[in-house]
Amino acid sequence: MPAQCSSCTDKRAVLKRPKTGHSLCKECFFWAFEEEVHQTIVAAELFKSGESVGIAASGGKDSTVLAHVMKLLNERYNYGLELMLISVDEGITGYRDDSLETVKRNQQQYELPLKIVSYEELYGWTMDAIVKQVGLKNNCTFCGVFRRQALDRGAVMLKVDKICTGHNADDVAETVLMNVLRGDIARLRRCTAISTSSEGEGVVPRCKPLKYAYEKEIVLYAYFKKLDYFSTECIYSPNAYRGYARTFLKDLESIRPSTIIDIIHSGENLSVREGVKMPVQGTCSRCGYISSQALCKSCVLLEGLNRGLPKLGIGKHHRLHDKILSQQPLTEKEERKLKSVDF
Amino acid sequence: MCQVDEEYHDQLERTDVLSASQKCVRCKEASAAVVIRAGDAYCRGCFKEYFIHKFRAMLGKNRIIFPGEKVLLAVSGGPSSCSMLSQVQEGLSQKAHKKLRFFPGIVYIDEGGAIGQSTEERQRTVSELEVVFKATGFPFHILPLEQVLDLPSSVVVMALPPLEQPPSAYKAAVDRFNQTCGSDCLTPPEKQKKSLPDVHESHTQLLQQLIGSAKTLTAREDLLNTLRQHLLVYTARTEGYSKLMLGDNCTRLAIKLLTSISLGRGAQLAQDTGFSDSRYGDIIAVRPMRDYSAKEIAHYNHMFDVPSVLIPSLETKTSEKASIRGLTESFVTKLQTDFPSTVSTIYRTSEKLQTVCRSSSTDDHSDRCLLCLCVLDTAVEKASAFQATLISEQVSQTLSLGPGIPRQNSGPERPASAASAGQCRSLSGGEDCGRATSGGSCCSSAKETINLKSLLCYSCRLTIRDMSSVDHLPLYIMSEAQRRQRRSQMRDEISEFLLNDEV
Repeated sequence: MPAQCSSCTDKRAVLKRPKTGHSLCKECFFWAFEEEVHQTIVAAELFKSGESVGIAASGGKDSTVLAHVMKLLNERYNYGLELMLISVDEGITGYRDDSLETVKRNQQQYELPLKIVSYEELYGWTMDAIVKQVGLKNNCTFCGVFRRQALDRGAVMLKVDKICTGHNADDVAETVLMNVLRGDIARLRRCTAISTSSEGEGVVPRCKPLKYAYEKEIVLYAYFKKLDYFSTECIYSPNAYRGYARTFLKDLESIRPSTIIDIIHSGENLSVREGVKMPVQGTCSRCGYISSQALCKSCVLLEGLNRGLPKLGIGKHHRLHDKILSQQPLTEKEERKLKSVDF
Repeated sequence: MCQVDEEYHDQLERTDVLSASQKCVRCKEASAAVVIRAGDAYCRGCFKEYFIHKFRAMLGKNRIIFPGEKVLLAVSGGPSSCSMLSQVQEGLSQKAHKKLRFFPGIVYIDEGGAIGQSTEERQRTVSELEVVFKATGFPFHILPLEQVLDLPSSVVVMALPPLEQPPSAYKAAVDRFNQTCGSDCLTPPEKQKKSLPDVHESHTQLLQQLIGSAKTLTAREDLLNTLRQHLLVYTARTEGYSKLMLGDNCTRLAIKLLTSISLGRGAQLAQDTGFSDSRYGDIIAVRPMRDYSAKEIAHYNHMFDVPSVLIPSLETKTSEKASIRGLTESFVTKLQTDFPSTVSTIYRTSEKLQTVCRSSSTDDHSDRCLLCLCVLDTAVEKASAFQATLISEQVSQTLSLGPGIPRQNSGPERPASAASAGQCRSLSGGEDCGRATSGGSCCSSAKETINLKSLLCYSCRLTIRDMSSVDHLPLYIMSEAQRRQRRSQMRDEISEFLLNDEV
């Protein structure tokens, strides 16, 4: 039985919104989706007129839709922003080189300047080389930490005021679940914030305009708008711990679709007891990037890679930071601990 | 493995194969009987000591139960609560070292009516439990859940909490108790309650209608939990108990934490899973079993013959994806096999949380949820998930959004009531019906229009949303809802004259 669009009640509905269950026609869905992102941007005061904003583009669905919607809303509502694309090349053959083609196509379609930064030029290591050393577990840690810094470096090169990433509601909900499972109370408190703080040398504040958009709706939007994107899973991701949280979330969504937003609501409203130890923000003594320890995670990981000690940085090694800084050699026992890798 | 701040030990150790002839790691004399955690093998005697000590330490550390207090033990018949019962017995026995000093009572709520058990089955379960309860010598109360339909509305109102005691008061109270009574004082009063009173068939039907009006198993469980809690608090109040002991163990609390997060109860996590829960004001609920894993309890019960009764619940024989709680349980259990520290990590996370203490205007109870009695978390803050849900509802339906918002195609502007046709029941309708307070043009009910949702916290709203009709809710809930609504309307009328900067 053909249903009428519940918004304009005029046209026939062609889709059912995963978020609310309403049946909508194509145009009303576009409008609803874009309007929600616009309301998010306005309510959270993410941007100021005249700023230059770097859109973190990976060629995947989230960043493609983000680029499209940002450009659209910038024109429709006169945000007055100057938009640019920043892309990171991690050096994963068969995955990243294909998605970068998508980003280059996006650049042409949307007529936005593009900057690509690569791990190779920033750190001297590609992800393929890292995985050969580290193995198939824990490599997502390397990729994530390096990418964060890479984005910041790219942003500084382009001289943008803010970065926006395509994290969607499913990502934020997964992160909340993951932080509970891992007992990371500090991250649990911060992870639902829509934008990061802006203090620190060489740090560009970043925000998530798509924070309340469901992943399924992003795909629906891209499908109906005929946006082109690259849709393969990273070849190294099946073994990530996040996969457990993701499966759990997908199952939750099938029981009750509003769970995704409910988890975000929980994350926003929980509060941590006083007296719980929290990390303090400082700077890395080696590279000057923000860090809560003496050495930032990037430096620690790089040190481990360069010295053939891949486990340095995975796990707790605060006592070794001083040793690394002062360039003392590590004892043999310590080296043995850090070297072994399980595949 | 993937825990933050985890220490990495030396790799490639030879794992010691646990053999039957291994010695207990504690006393190193007797042979080991049970392995708790990874690699800790205990003998019978040491295990019993360890188990008992944990219970005592949990109560002693928190110093919430004062000597001479009456404490109500909520026993469901399951292994955890029966273990708790046996620990209390153990702690009160004459020969105990540093005896417990409170007066316990037992309450069992028979939920057979809600899950569709026959009267014979219910009677059988009750008889089994009666045997267990009588053997303890404590006063016990067996109540059918149907009694919840007759509760007064004071149940959902937070009572005044007892006066704040300084920390030294506990020690002083203990000394005083020891001086006046000593150990002879603790003979329990002989008043034994009658067993399961006769339940009217009509009441059972009403209860089943109520539970059945919730369309999803998740909502049904939530509703059942709420009703059970209300009945427990009511019993504690009327029988003069000041504390309520619940038998949630570590595993169950870890699952409860994840479930609560998935249900949107982030603001209430500390009360849902913490040691003490003071949301009712005068009755404080405590969870002394929260340090025990389900495995430890099972071992203890088996080794020391603690009786327990298997009672089916709403979830029995359903698939694992039927409800959020069931899914979370299977998820945590499976994850625990690959990552043995999962449950303890989640449990430790729960210890670091707290409840936000809003302004202490507890006089006006309209800042508490009607059903779960926790502080409301539905203040529409800018850029919050809650606001996002409201916006989503707005943009997906025909509602007047005001001028200035361009739309690609302007359909005919229909009035709000027609758009939600079929959903016109004021009680379960969306925001639009709530705004039509006067006139009630879209509501055909004779009684007062109640916007139930505005009185509920985020997750209780989700439960109500899953209900096909709220007409079956017990009278005490509805009358309290009406009272609060009237009061809030009163306040709106005089708001400009009130000096206090109220919510």
